[in-house]
Amino acid sequence: MSLIALAGNPNVGKSTLFNALTGRNQHTGNWPGKTVELAQGRCQYKGEEIQIVDLPGAYSLVSRSPEEQVAEDFLRSGGADCTVAVCDATCLERSLILVLQVLALSPKTVVCVNLMDEARRAGLQVDTARLERELGVPVVATSANRGEGTQRLLEAVRSVCDGFVPLLPERAPIRGETEEESDAIARRFVLRAEEVASKCVEKNAAGKNLTRRLDRILLNKWSGYLVMLLLLLGVFWLTIEGANYPSQGLQWCFDRLGELLRSGAERLAFPTWLTGALLDGIYATTARVVAVMLPPMAIFFPLFTLLEDFGYLPRVAFLMDHRFRRCGACGKQSLTLCMGLGCNAAGVTGCRIIDSRRERLIAVLTNAFVPCNGRFPALIFLISLSFSGGSALLGAGVLTLCLLLSVAMTLLASGLLSHTALKGEPSSFVLELPPYRKPQVGQVLVRSVRDRTLFVLGRAAAVAAPAGLVIWLLANLHIGGTSLLQGAAAVLEKPGILLGMNGAVLLAFLLGSPANELVLPILMLTLTAGTGLGGESSTQMAGILLENGWTWRESLCTLVFFLFHWPCTTTLLTIRKETGSRKWTLLALLLPTAFGCVLCILLHFALLLIP
Amino acid sequence: METTLNYLREGQCARIKTLRMQGAMRRRLLDFGLIEGTRIRCLGCSPAGDPVLYCVRGTVLALRRQDSRCIAVETEP
Repeated sequence: MSLIALAGNPNVGKSTLFNALTGRNQHTGNWPGKTVELAQGRCQYKGEEIQIVDLPGAYSLVSRSPEEQVAEDFLRSGGADCTVAVCDATCLERSLILVLQVLALSPKTVVCVNLMDEARRAGLQVDTARLERELGVPVVATSANRGEGTQRLLEAVRSVCDGFVPLLPERAPIRGETEEESDAIARRFVLRAEEVASKCVEKNAAGKNLTRRLDRILLNKWSGYLVMLLLLLGVFWLTIEGANYPSQGLQWCFDRLGELLRSGAERLAFPTWLTGALLDGIYATTARVVAVMLPPMAIFFPLFTLLEDFGYLPRVAFLMDHRFRRCGACGKQSLTLCMGLGCNAAGVTGCRIIDSRRERLIAVLTNAFVPCNGRFPALIFLISLSFSGGSALLGAGVLTLCLLLSVAMTLLASGLLSHTALKGEPSSFVLELPPYRKPQVGQVLVRSVRDRTLFVLGRAAAVAAPAGLVIWLLANLHIGGTSLLQGAAAVLEKPGILLGMNGAVLLAFLLGSPANELVLPILMLTLTAGTGLGGESSTQMAGILLENGWTWRESLCTLVFFLFHWPCTTTLLTIRKETGSRKWTLLALLLPTAFGCVLCILLHFALLLIP
Repeated sequence: METTLNYLREGQCARIKTLRMQGAMRRRLLDFGLIEGTRIRCLGCSPAGDPVLYCVRGTVLALRRQDSRCIAVETEP
């Protein structure tokens, strides 16, 4: 079995190529620095198995950022039988700088000129035969998004692995001992890339430059921020409106299944405690997590992925950089913030795209300030319960406001950090704005809806089911007349009320630490004293809350606390791994919690003034 | 005329002379191919005035003014 590594600049379609080769679903996106961990996959070529490693995108192997270090270390260690250096055909000159460095490090290389279809559209012609002569290694043209050229690429890889291609004479240094030497080496690479590109690329027609024209609107002084807000609003509106029907459908199915299971349990004469633990505990919690949480997640995520594939996210970073710089942070933090909307743990890992350690820490510590996918459904539920009625558009508006509040608090917290624990000046910053690309809509929809569904179902099985059992036990083990759950809720009643909520909600937040999507189901189980009714629909959940004296005031405070409280356990573990320090992890836990507590207490007293 | 990159107006072109900076940022700019003689074009600034977009070797880059101040260029007439 041979091992091959894919190396290349960020955003040259490495992940798409990886997927085309392996059929594995490495998440692709149109912004620099998407692959932050090593993704591995296998493929078959003429009966031989080939293992493929997708290295993080790097601008250079003379590394600085942690993700580039990963790429350099891998290539230096000589672990791969063959390296595939991936180039962007639309921007060959720049891609070649890295390719030349790869060639200097590992002579067993195949150069893959990707995005050929895009280059053709832009009126560029790449002479791959000439490129092959110039570089001295096999060159293959591909359009990975259509699967074009992948078989030829594998053929070339195999001939290199089998030693049928004469190797380059020797390795060359990619950096010098001193700054001057390194400079001279870097300059040589650039000049050589320029020379090779000028020989191999021909511009035969004036291609259309849609990107520039679109940027004129999307990055404009007046329309830039407006479009950003409208896009956000649109995504939220589609999520809320679209999640309604599948949610009801799922609910209906779970109700029927619950009845069947219950009558089955009766027929088998299960003892009451067993029926309770299985159906009211495990089944009800899992059903709630799936029915209420799954549809919004399965809609939001693909929509967001489409924006990402289109290339919009770096533009957000560009538009927002000014604000982040004022807070002593990095503009790329907007990108990690966007990743955090999907999952905070992923957002924290994504912070590796930030070069400066200080700014990276700021981004890590504040990532949980943006609500992740696990929190969205609960936010949507609370908003429609108390503020928007049935109007999806109004709901989307309120949700957008919530997100703006999140971003404002992220900036505030970043500013606080860079004036206290992480003092320093904003460092230098280069952001690449890739050209817009037409997202592969069908593929994105199918892939990310399926992935999200599997993810939620997996989490439901791994976290919701056991949590359901534990909570049911807590709700049904009695000490001195009250259940443990109600006892705990009573203890927390005072602090809960101080925060503008109540003891049961605070308890639900505490017990929901493993996963934010558990908070609402736990709350329901606490309020119904453990006699769950199966998976309640949103209307039933609303009914239970209102019976317990719930008003818009509690909704508002709970909403704020949902936005700002401790990160879930997964995120905390990721932060521990990324920072390698208990101190920073603890701060990451305390910072959003402190913000949430202060905001909720202020809100609580402000609300007292309103009759 | 010799000036620094931050003084380039939208649509104006220049050639890089020297990078007056050290360390990580210098390396990063070299990776993007910003060496002496490289042609760079200003594409316009962000709504807040900073960062500014430039086109170098077919790539669009955003640079903050604090950094572009340290890049000496020779403007094209």
